[in-house]
Amino acid sequence: MGVEVAVEGLSKSFGRQSIWRDVTLTLPPGEVSALLGPSGTGKSVFLKCLIGLLKPERGSVIINGVNLCTCSEREMYEIRKLFGVLFQDGALFGSMNLFDNVAFPLREHTRKSEAEIKRIVFEKLELTGLQGAETKLPGEISGGMRKRAGLARALVLDPEIILCDEPDSGLDPVRTAYLSQLLIDLNAQIDATILIVTHNINLARTVPDNIGMLFRKELIMFGPREVLLTSDEPVVEQFLNGRRFGPIGMSEEKDQATMAAEAAHQEAGHSDGSNEDVRGVVPQIEPTPGMPARDAVRRRRNRVLKILDTLPESAQHGVLASLSAEDLGRYDDWARRAAQGRMNTRHAGPVATIPGVSTLDPDATGRMHAPPPPLPHRGARPGDEHRQRPRPEARP
Amino acid sequence: MTTLMDKSRSAVVAALNEFGSLFSLGLDVVVNMFRRPFQAREFIQQFWFIASVSILPAAFVAIPFGAVITLQLGSLTSQIGAESFNGAASVLAVIQQASPIVTTLIIAGAGGSAICADLGSRTIREEIDAMKVLGVSPVQRLVVPRVLAAMLAGVLLNGMVSVVGVAGGYFFNVIMQDGTPGAFLASFSALAQLPDLWVSELKALIFGFLAGLVAAYRGLNPKGGPKGVGDVVNQSVVITFLLLFFVNFVISVIYLQIVPAKGA
Repeated sequence: MGVEVAVEGLSKSFGRQSIWRDVTLTLPPGEVSALLGPSGTGKSVFLKCLIGLLKPERGSVIINGVNLCTCSEREMYEIRKLFGVLFQDGALFGSMNLFDNVAFPLREHTRKSEAEIKRIVFEKLELTGLQGAETKLPGEISGGMRKRAGLARALVLDPEIILCDEPDSGLDPVRTAYLSQLLIDLNAQIDATILIVTHNINLARTVPDNIGMLFRKELIMFGPREVLLTSDEPVVEQFLNGRRFGPIGMSEEKDQATMAAEAAHQEAGHSDGSNEDVRGVVPQIEPTPGMPARDAVRRRRNRVLKILDTLPESAQHGVLASLSAEDLGRYDDWARRAAQGRMNTRHAGPVATIPGVSTLDPDATGRMHAPPPPLPHRGARPGDEHRQRPRPEARP
Repeated sequence: MTTLMDKSRSAVVAALNEFGSLFSLGLDVVVNMFRRPFQAREFIQQFWFIASVSILPAAFVAIPFGAVITLQLGSLTSQIGAESFNGAASVLAVIQQASPIVTTLIIAGAGGSAICADLGSRTIREEIDAMKVLGVSPVQRLVVPRVLAAMLAGVLLNGMVSVVGVAGGYFFNVIMQDGTPGAFLASFSALAQLPDLWVSELKALIFGFLAGLVAAYRGLNPKGGPKGVGDVVNQSVVITFLLLFFVNFVISVIYLQIVPAKGA
């Protein structure tokens, strides 16, 4: 299973210019997460801090118990072997052809024979649709091909964490769809933790399990996909719908005057061409038939249901709507008992574990005796818990 | 007033920062030189490249250099009636000072600038980042072979430049100034001694290290896009030259202190 990436209180600035402050989030192991945000909010910088290419001023990034912000160079290089990173432009080595580029990590880090290397490289090149191009130099192929070759190279060591910096930029919609499918299939096959940094709304709606958004030097939210997809935050609404009207301007921040002027235009009937509201939970991409089922889906469902009553109401509806009837029945059962447990233990002290959680697990036939304590919903802002919490109907 | 103070202070801090980073890269390079696996292929390619771009220019610069020294000294020594020492003086000047400096100027100018441009463009295309992320240290993989190649090329070229320089001096002394060939050759051992050759080679080794190191350091830290790469190439050559003359001064002073001149 993939590795958990725990980011705590991370702040980064260049000189006096602060990029973002106090970013706290946890990439759940083996799940696909996406980070959204307008251009220039430091999404790529965040990615580079995650792999230790940039040193943040404050905070920690903990992977496998090692804090990347304070560890030694040697530990860093060890940890990096867990990563597969797709850079914006592919970042291929210009002096090597595609085959050597993809073979590079294998030749550096493994003692595989040349025949075996060839087999693996051709497999990855075929996966990314590059068969026949292996003798080309990076300068001789299109941007989209470079991107796919970069992905092939990132995958060649079977990484446990895959970071993609705008996998869709420079790709046409069809190739983007193929790439989305590829990422989901990969997740199903090797159960890697994946983080995608993107502007592509369609990708953000259909691929990730968890979504976060950076805006105005802060992580404004990070959590299960339903939370962001149903959010009422003006920024999120504007970004998802690609509108001009809202807090995001052409430059990083919009001043009051511009906002008022635009609002007046809108009143007067001026449209910005995007009248459709694309918010709402849409079905996620499934692995290609024939691939193994994604373990991450099951883990995430359990995790999300445990924190369900801390989510905003619209997100709760989104989550519950995506459950099968069977799961829903189990959830109701659990929620009733959990509520009862809370009532009973209210006088006895803090609740340590919620009784009956393991029944949530579809294959919990005695395999999970003691359920792990629920993961805290780390990226949520402190206010989120109380803002929209509905009364649980199940409470007696 | 305070802004001026602040500005000058931040400029000093920035300069110290740069120097510190250069020094730490230097230490990294030295440590990584002994770390397996050694990148033999890269080393040979780089060595061949540096040698091939610097060998001819070095020879062409060495001839007039040796000639100028001999001509200058020749007119001086003939005035004080010491023509027979002409060969000794020119050999001392060429081997100890001129040859290592010429060698490194050429290596920094021809090889170093190419190294710097190569690493600089790799950095802005994120190839260096990609390499780090793939768990491969660019210092060990790219910088060490280049620095070692510059050092070896420096030592070998220095030998060649010494020979060519002395030959040039001989030619001009004998042909132009009617010097006696026998006296020129015989006086070699009057003032010069073997440690002069060793210190010359040591200088070439150290200068080669500096040229490779500065080129790599500037190349790994370009500011901005393609224009930044041009800037760092320029800076790397200028910085190498400045460092070169300063380090040459230091080594010469130390050498003169610990190795007594012949006959003194």
